[in-house]
Amino acid sequence: MKIVVTVKQVPDPNATQGLESDNTIARDREVVLDPGDEYGIEEGLVLKEAQGGEVILVSMGPERARDAIRKGLSMGADRGILITDEQLAGADALLTAKALAAAIKAESPDLVICATESYDGSTGMVPPMLAELLDMPQLTTAKQVEVSGSKVTIHRQTEDGYQVVEAETPALVTVTAGIAEPRYASLKGIMAARSKEVKQVGLSDLGIEKGEAAETVLAVNDAEARQAGEVVEDDGSVGVEKIMAVLQTAKVV
Amino acid sequence: MAGIWVYAEIGQEKLAPISLELLAKARELGDAEAVALGPGAGAAAAELGKHGAKTVYVSEDAAFGEFIAEPAADTMEALVKQHSPDLVLFGFTTDSREVAGRLAARLGCGLISNALDVKSQDGGFVARVPYFGGAKIADYKANAKPAIVLLRPKSVEASEVGGEAKVEQVQATIGANSKRARILERKVEAAEAVKLEDATVIVSGGRGMGGPENFPILEDLAGALGAAVGASRAVVDAGWVPYSMQVGQTGKTVRPGVYIAVGISGAMQHTVGMKASKVIIAINKDSEAPIMKMADLGVVGDALKIVPKLTEAVKAKKGK
Repeated sequence: MKIVVTVKQVPDPNATQGLESDNTIARDREVVLDPGDEYGIEEGLVLKEAQGGEVILVSMGPERARDAIRKGLSMGADRGILITDEQLAGADALLTAKALAAAIKAESPDLVICATESYDGSTGMVPPMLAELLDMPQLTTAKQVEVSGSKVTIHRQTEDGYQVVEAETPALVTVTAGIAEPRYASLKGIMAARSKEVKQVGLSDLGIEKGEAAETVLAVNDAEARQAGEVVEDDGSVGVEKIMAVLQTAKVV
Repeated sequence: MAGIWVYAEIGQEKLAPISLELLAKARELGDAEAVALGPGAGAAAAELGKHGAKTVYVSEDAAFGEFIAEPAADTMEALVKQHSPDLVLFGFTTDSREVAGRLAARLGCGLISNALDVKSQDGGFVARVPYFGGAKIADYKANAKPAIVLLRPKSVEASEVGGEAKVEQVQATIGANSKRARILERKVEAAEAVKLEDATVIVSGGRGMGGPENFPILEDLAGALGAAVGASRAVVDAGWVPYSMQVGQTGKTVRPGVYIAVGISGAMQHTVGMKASKVIIAINKDSEAPIMKMADLGVVGDALKIVPKLTEAVKAKKGK
């Protein structure tokens, strides 16, 4: 089975998020493989171990996004494709999906695995667009994936439980955190990853033209911020007293 | 007048509340119409009419409820091409964004997601979108026609205007190849005592709770207050509590009277989903945590000690 996992490099969610004084995003932030993508990679590796085949990581981003691919390769993925092009800086969801689709189509995978959403954008728009452009069914927010022959069955997370959803391959699956515990890269894995192929492609290699963006930014303003209220140090009783006072004012107690 | 469409989300044969919120916005922007697809669409149309939809395009075809996204995207594509609305509004919810994503890719028009508001400007539409985790708001002008905008739940208040929609039965236009991702069964897991979205008081826990074994003390407090229990993405991802409890950008958006954030640092992912709460109380051992800068009351201390005492105090007060 040929499995493509999409991966993204994002600002480290565990690092302090900062803005420079001129409101641009602080450049010194650490970047990491999106933690959500580690679940997709893990699921891809589990399926490959059970069924045989190949796990290919596809990413779009600047040159340094190669590190994110490399991390996935050290977990055990077989090879990577990095789509990088100056014209892709600030790409919207549709352009991103088009670039990913073109690179993935060339591989004719049986299964495409994406995280439900990225950690930085968190809008989750790329997977359904990608499924459409690849002409695949989408099996989304999976907390369990099973592949049997040409059939994929997932447990799709819902508000109040889950749905059992099934489709034939090729299919696109989005996975939630908690589907599987991502493995750590072993030293052997890290060494092996160094010699694994990461192919770099640009927009022209993919035969894509950058079309008109869906939107134009007119202005960026500060969001209405809430004002900080009172901050008290608890001494064993003042915390509860203060909270009770607020609850009484709010007529909750 | 501009044609403003609302994609009415129907889940398990019931109209999702977001649909009525979208209609309130659509009415403000032009001639509001809605599309309701799947079993239950007919009943939904009456409700949509009461909220100001002039026309509702309806198909009760069972395929819409049985297959994920594709049948709805197919039919939306056909209807949009036939009627050329200026703007199509979707809810920023799991089901709707999957349909919107496929539709936008197919029409090649792109979309603006996660919007807080949308308004008419210079003959087009401008959406307000939180950016940098909600610290900034960007104004995006939609370039395509139709403009597709996904509005966050609870960004707009639904309001009834008491009209009656003209119901137009439409043919489900479903591609031969679109009945692919089939929903075989639905399983309901334990329902929450008080629903997060409806709660007037919410007690939420984050990593500072130390582990899932400590969540019962939040449940005790919530029980005493008649509150719902929420959580941050960090603890949901860690598997401590189910996804249904997640408050934040990708979880639920809530605006209760009182929100008590316990052991939650206040990452923007989380605060974007709760900062519209009337009163915010934070309990955290770190006085520098971002949540302290937005809380009406911040208590610096050990949550595991404070919360049980608070529960006792609430019980004592309510017992009187």
